[in-house]
Amino acid sequence: MTATWIEIGALKDIPVRGARVVKTAQGCVAVFRTGDDEVFALDDACPHKQGPLSQGIVHGRKVTCPLHNWVISFESGEAQGADEGSVNTYDVRVEDGRLLLDATNLMGRSAA
Amino acid sequence: MTQNLVVIGAGMASGRALEELFKRSPDAYNVTLFGAEPRGNYNRIMLSPVLSGEKTYEEIVTHDADWYAENGVTTRFSEAVTGIDRERKVVISSGGETPYDKLIIATGSNPFIIPMPGHDLPGVISYRDLDDTNAMIEAAGKPGAKAVVIGGGLLGLEAAAGLALRGMDVTVVHLMGHLMERQLDEAAGYLLRKELVGRGIKVLCSSNSKEIYGDGKVEGLRLDNGTELPCDLLVMAVGIRPNIALAKEAGLAVGRGIHIDDQCITSDESILSVGECVEHNGAVFGLVAPIFDMAKVLAATLVDEAAAYTPKEVATKLKVTGCDLFSAGDFADGDDREDIVFRDPSRGVYKRLVLKDDKLLGAVMYGDTADGNWFFQMIQDGTDVSEMRDTLIFGPAFQGGSPVDPMAAVAALPDDAEICGCNGVSKGDIIAAILDGATDLGAVRAVTKASGSCGTCTGLVEQVLSTTLGDDFVMPAAQPMCGCTDMTHEDVRRMIKSKKLTTMPAVFQELGWKTSCGCHVCRPALNFYLLADWPVEYQDDPQSRFINERKHANIQKDGTYSVVPRMWGGMTTPNELRAIADAAEKYNVPTVHVTGGQRIDLLGVKGEDLPKIWADLNAAGMVSGHAYAKGLRTVKTCVGKDHCRFGTQDSTGLGIQLEKHLWGSWTPHKVKLAVSGCPRNCAEATCKDIGVVCVDSGYQVGVAGAAGMDVKETERLVDVATEEEVIEHVTAFMQLYRENAKYLDRPYKWVAKVGLDWVKERVVDDAESRKALCERFALSQSIYQKDPWAELATPETEKAYSPIATLNLEAAE
Repeated sequence: MTATWIEIGALKDIPVRGARVVKTAQGCVAVFRTGDDEVFALDDACPHKQGPLSQGIVHGRKVTCPLHNWVISFESGEAQGADEGSVNTYDVRVEDGRLLLDATNLMGRSAA
Repeated sequence: MTQNLVVIGAGMASGRALEELFKRSPDAYNVTLFGAEPRGNYNRIMLSPVLSGEKTYEEIVTHDADWYAENGVTTRFSEAVTGIDRERKVVISSGGETPYDKLIIATGSNPFIIPMPGHDLPGVISYRDLDDTNAMIEAAGKPGAKAVVIGGGLLGLEAAAGLALRGMDVTVVHLMGHLMERQLDEAAGYLLRKELVGRGIKVLCSSNSKEIYGDGKVEGLRLDNGTELPCDLLVMAVGIRPNIALAKEAGLAVGRGIHIDDQCITSDESILSVGECVEHNGAVFGLVAPIFDMAKVLAATLVDEAAAYTPKEVATKLKVTGCDLFSAGDFADGDDREDIVFRDPSRGVYKRLVLKDDKLLGAVMYGDTADGNWFFQMIQDGTDVSEMRDTLIFGPAFQGGSPVDPMAAVAALPDDAEICGCNGVSKGDIIAAILDGATDLGAVRAVTKASGSCGTCTGLVEQVLSTTLGDDFVMPAAQPMCGCTDMTHEDVRRMIKSKKLTTMPAVFQELGWKTSCGCHVCRPALNFYLLADWPVEYQDDPQSRFINERKHANIQKDGTYSVVPRMWGGMTTPNELRAIADAAEKYNVPTVHVTGGQRIDLLGVKGEDLPKIWADLNAAGMVSGHAYAKGLRTVKTCVGKDHCRFGTQDSTGLGIQLEKHLWGSWTPHKVKLAVSGCPRNCAEATCKDIGVVCVDSGYQVGVAGAAGMDVKETERLVDVATEEEVIEHVTAFMQLYRENAKYLDRPYKWVAKVGLDWVKERVVDDAESRKALCERFALSQSIYQKDPWAELATPETEKAYSPIATLNLEAAE
C-alpha cells in the first residue's frame, strides 16, 4: 500500500517532550515530539484504560500514560515492563518544519 | 561417650566460642549454658543504637532460642551459678548440681561503680546490658528529664549521645582533661567535644565527682568544687572490672582477671576461660576483636587442635551517628617519635600519624576516617613508610600516583588486610567467600561474619565485593529515586544544593543519569527540587510536570478535567456562585460537587474548553484553586467569633490571611490547612498538614496531621499570641518542608523522618532561622505566586489545547 501523506501542522506547534492530537474518524491520534525533535504518532488511547497518551510525560522514545503510569514505546506501540498491550503506530515525518502524517490507515472506508 | 561441656555466662565471648566449636565439631560435647540475664546472647556493642532508637533489641539478637535448639544447647537462663566443686567436677546452681568434663568460665565483667556517697540510690545505673539500656530509655521518656553521665570514655559518650537523642538534657562529667583520653589525643578530643556540645550535650572535663545526693532517689551530683548538677538519672560509665568472684572462690589462679595461658586454659586444666573476665600475660580486655580471637583459640583447644592466642593491636571506633573518629596503636608523644598532622578546621577534619624509626606506631583520625583501616594495617604489619612519607597522610589513594577513587583505596589493600576488626576478617577471607559464591553483602556476612557486629565496615565490605566482582556487583543504595539513577532522593537533593545544579541537564550530566532525559518518576521530582532550591536560577519545565500541573486542572478517567476556583478560607459570595453556575451551564459541566476543602468542583470539562472557562471565572474575580497541585491546596475555616457563640478568635480572617500568603507555592506533596475558632474544632484542623486551633489566649499551631491513607492527629509546633506569629511560624514550616522533604512525602511523613524536635529547633527555637526561612519563602513567592489561569486564558493556549488537525475522511491526493 502506498503512503498517503497529509500535512497536519508545523513541528513548532508541538512542545518539546510534548504532544498534540489529530482527530480522525478512527479516533484520536497523538503526535509526539521528543527531546531530540523526532516525531512519532500513536493512537491516543492507552491499551490499559484508554487514557489519553497525548497528556503523558514524554521521556526518551516513550510516553507514560497520565492515568495509571503505563509506559508505551513510540517505536513499537507496545507497553513496557510487566504490562501487556499495544496501540497502533502511524508514520509521521518532518519536512521543512511541516508535519506529515501517513493517513493510509486512518481514512476509513470512504477513502478514495 | 559424649563429654559434658558446661558454660557459665551467655555473652558475646561464649556465644562466639560455641559457634567456633560447633563449626569444628558439632557433636563433640553435650553443652549446658548458664546465663544470669533472662535472655540469650545479643550483640552488646549495638546497645548504643538501641538506646538512641536507631535499632531495636530484636535486631541485635545474635543467638535466639531456635539457634540454641538447633545446636542442642541446654539453656539455663536466669539461673545464677553459686559455686564450682573442682574435686567432683560439678557446677552448683539454684537448680542443683551439673557435672562437667570441661568447663568454660565466661562471666565477663562488672561495671565499676565508684563507691562515693549516694552510689546506691535508685536512679544510679551503669551501662552494661539491655536492662540498663531499657532503664535509660524509660527515664528519657519523662519530659524535661535530666541526666548526668560520669565518664567521658567510649561507653559514657555513647550513653550521653543516645540519651540526648532521646530528648534528655545531658551533662558528661569526666575526670581527665579531654574526652576518650585512652583512644584520642587532645586535638581529636577537642573536636569530639565540640561536636557533642553542638548537639546540646554539656561536657565538664577535669571534673571530680564528690557525692550523689537525693532523698530516696537520685536528685543530683555534687562535684568537689561544690558545683551541683541536678538530675533524674545518673549513669556511671567509668570502666569495667573482670568478674572473677566465682573463679577465685573455686581456687583458680587470678590476678586482675582469671589467669589463662595461650590456649585459654586456667590453672585447672579442665577449666577454660574467655572474654572480659580473663587476664592474659598481664593484660585484661574490653574490646570485642581480641576476645573473638580468643574464642577461636578456645574452641580449637576444646577439640584438641593446636592454636595459640597472640595479642594484637586494636583499633577503636565510636558508635555515635555523625561522629567519625578512629584511633589505633600508640600515639603518645615521645622524644624518639615524629608526628605527621593534617588539619582542615572548616570541615572539622583532623588526622595525626605517629611514626618511630620509619614505622607507623599510631593513628588518630577525626571527621574523615575512611583510610583508618589502611593505616591500621601498616601499624600491625610494621610497614616501612619512608618511601611514601610525603603523601602518607593522604591515604592509599595517593600512593603511587593513582587517582583519587574510593575503590582504589580498597583495591590497594593487601589480602591479609583486616576489613572487619570486630570479627577479624581479612580482605582475603572476603574475596575467598565471594569466589565461593557469596556475591552480596548478606551472603558475605553470613559466611565470614564481616560487618556483622558493629557494622561500621559495611561500606568497606561492599567495596571489596565491588572490586572483586566488577560490574557484576551493583552497590546497593538505599531505594534509588528511579531506574535512571542509583542515587536516593536525599542524595540527589543534597547534590543539587551543594553542587549548585540549577538545570535539569546539569543534574543528568553531573549525577550520571542513565537515561537521556529522565522518566516520569524522576523528572517531576527534579523539577520540584530545582525550583524549590533555585527559585531565581531555575526555569520551571511544564513538560516535566504531571498533566494536572501542566494543565492546571485534574484529569478524570475519561480524559476530561475538573475545575476548582479558589475560595479564600472557604468564603464565597452570591456573585461568585452566580459566575460558577453560569460557567457550569455554558460549558455543559455534567457534575458540580462541593469538596471536603470547602470549594466547588466542576467535573467533566473538555480540555479545549479549559482556557475559556478560566477566562469566565477570572472575570468574576476568581483564581485557580490549585486543587490539582503538589502545593498549597485549601485553607478550611469555621466562621469564628463573628458569628459563632463559642468562637474565640477570627478564624475565618486568619484562614484567609494564611491562604493569601501561601497560595501558589509548590511543595513536595499537597498541603492542606485549616483554622478552627475554638477547640470544638469544626474546621477539623487537628488532622491537617498544618492546623491552627484558636483559644482564648491565642493560637495553637499543629503540624504533621493526616486524614488520607493514614489518619494522624497533628503534633503541636508552637502556641503563640498573635496572628502575625501564626503566619510567621506556618510560613517557616512550609519553607523548611519545601527545602528538605522528599518529593511526594506529605508533611507527616517528612516530620516522622526528621523528628519534630529538629523542626522546632529551626522554626520555633531559633528566631533568626525562622526569619531566614520566611525570607526564602518570600523570594520564591515573588516568582511563583501567580494565577496560572490568568496567564493561560489566552487564544494561544486555547489553540494549543485543541487538536492540531482534524482529518476528513477524504484522502488528500
